[in-house]
Amino acid sequence: MYELRNIKYKDILTIDHLQLEEGKVSCITGKSGTGKSSLLKLLNSIYVPDSGEITYYGSPLSEIDPIKLRREAVMLAQAPLIFPGTIEENLQAGLKFAEKELASAQELHQVIERMELSKDLGENAEELSGGEKQRIALARVLLMRARVYLLDEPTSGLDENTEIKVLRSFIDESRKNKSTVLMITHSIAAAETFADREISLDT
Amino acid sequence: MEEQGIINIETWRLISAYIFVLILFFIVKARGINRERQIIIATFRMTIQLILAGYVLTLLFAHSHPVLTIVVLIIMAAFSIHTIFRQAGQPLSSHVKKAIIVSMSVGSFVCLFYFNFVIIHFTPWYEPRYFIPIAGMIIGNSMTGITLAVKTLLDSLRSNRDQIEGALMLGATPKSAIKPYVDNAFDSAILPTLNNMLGMGIVFLPGMMTGQILSGVSPLLAIEYQIVVLLGILGSVSLAVILFLLLAVRALFTTKAQLREDF
Ligand SMILES: Nc1ncnc2c1ncn2[C@@H]1O[C@H](COP(=O)(O)OP(=O)(O)OP(=O)(O)O)[C@@H](O)[C@H]1O
Ligand SMILES: [Mg+2]
Repeated sequence: MYELRNIKYKDILTIDHLQLEEGKVSCITGKSGTGKSSLLKLLNSIYVPDSGEITYYGSPLSEIDPIKLRREAVMLAQAPLIFPGTIEENLQAGLKFAEKELASAQELHQVIERMELSKDLGENAEELSGGEKQRIALARVLLMRARVYLLDEPTSGLDENTEIKVLRSFIDESRKNKSTVLMITHSIAAAETFADREISLDT
Repeated sequence: MEEQGIINIETWRLISAYIFVLILFFIVKARGINRERQIIIATFRMTIQLILAGYVLTLLFAHSHPVLTIVVLIIMAAFSIHTIFRQAGQPLSSHVKKAIIVSMSVGSFVCLFYFNFVIIHFTPWYEPRYFIPIAGMIIGNSMTGITLAVKTLLDSLRSNRDQIEGALMLGATPKSAIKPYVDNAFDSAILPTLNNMLGMGIVFLPGMMTGQILSGVSPLLAIEYQIVVLLGILGSVSLAVILFLLLAVRALFTTKAQLREDF
């Protein structure tokens, strides 16, 4: 699916070769500051490598329309993104940005439940706790039914128990849709439980 | 305009107006507020610049010629663009500079020519007595508007880079990713003009109208002029600012829809 060859990005990342398989869950681990977020941003066309080539299903990223790519291989930012407004507006924001059909009320309730949240759709999203915001952001991405999910520490603010539950729902759902998940995590438990493959950026 | 209506200010009376500055100067000194230098410099520059402007305008009015008018127009535009660059208070990339130059020139020139040819409709079209003050007014206000827009937009993009990139990651177009910040920049650029219109005639009479009334023009005629002038200002400020914001989206992102690292 994704393949990286001789990638160099500033003095942050050097990757000789990396291949990611379709339909798998891969976990990226590594110390803080090793360039994990930068790697996902390269895959999402937010950054451009200084040299080397990244291909997505065989085509070089430089030849793919970045906006189309991001709508298919969606990325969840490390800092949870919350817009002024209600929980519902926040959940729909991703579909709106991607110009896709909005989610039904039923889907919204379902996704909130999957994320272990007990909140009303009409509540003000900016007043949520840090961990709740993170789950709203993750739910928003799940609603987008992407082909690839690039998740940057999606559950770093949660207790281990909730973390495992939330990730299990997310990954069950993505497996059902045959989506690929590439997730950065510092949680050993999460990596052990879910990873088909672990990629360590520590050298 | 009739010359008879004007009360000529004799030189000694003109000089006596500087007593206001003297009073301010002594108050400031007595209270130990450290502003004496600025007061002297501001008074001095105002006097010199206006005397020079008076001579230049007299000269221009006496030698009315299309080339001369156009040259003055270009100097004004160049000066205002230079001022925006300086007042932005941050280094600007060449992309943003280009957006400023285009929006400033196109925005103010379109409004200026509409104003001159359709609204005031004077002949000959280059008559400096009309052309130059109107151009100064339109260019000056567009300049203030764009300066505000540039500052607000760039500051908020810089402090919200994570938010904007977060939206791009979800598949947002650059335009929708920065929409809230663009709307905000538009607001802060236009609000001073709108607020100014709200207080008009009640809180104060604008300088141009006061000048006209003092020099004997009937208040109703002065008001007619003032209305079209205010509308012209509103039009040119909004047009220039909208153009800048439209061009800015393209200037701030790469062709690969990435927010540039420096702008
Ligand atoms: N746009 C950039 N320009 C220059 N340096 C950058 C840029 N983005 C990140 N860096 C630097 O690159 C290094 C790697 O950053 P990155 O965010 O990819 O790390 P990370 O592995 O995700 O860390 P963490 O686990 O703390 O999130 C850091 O030292 C950071 O300061
Ligand atoms: Mg990171």
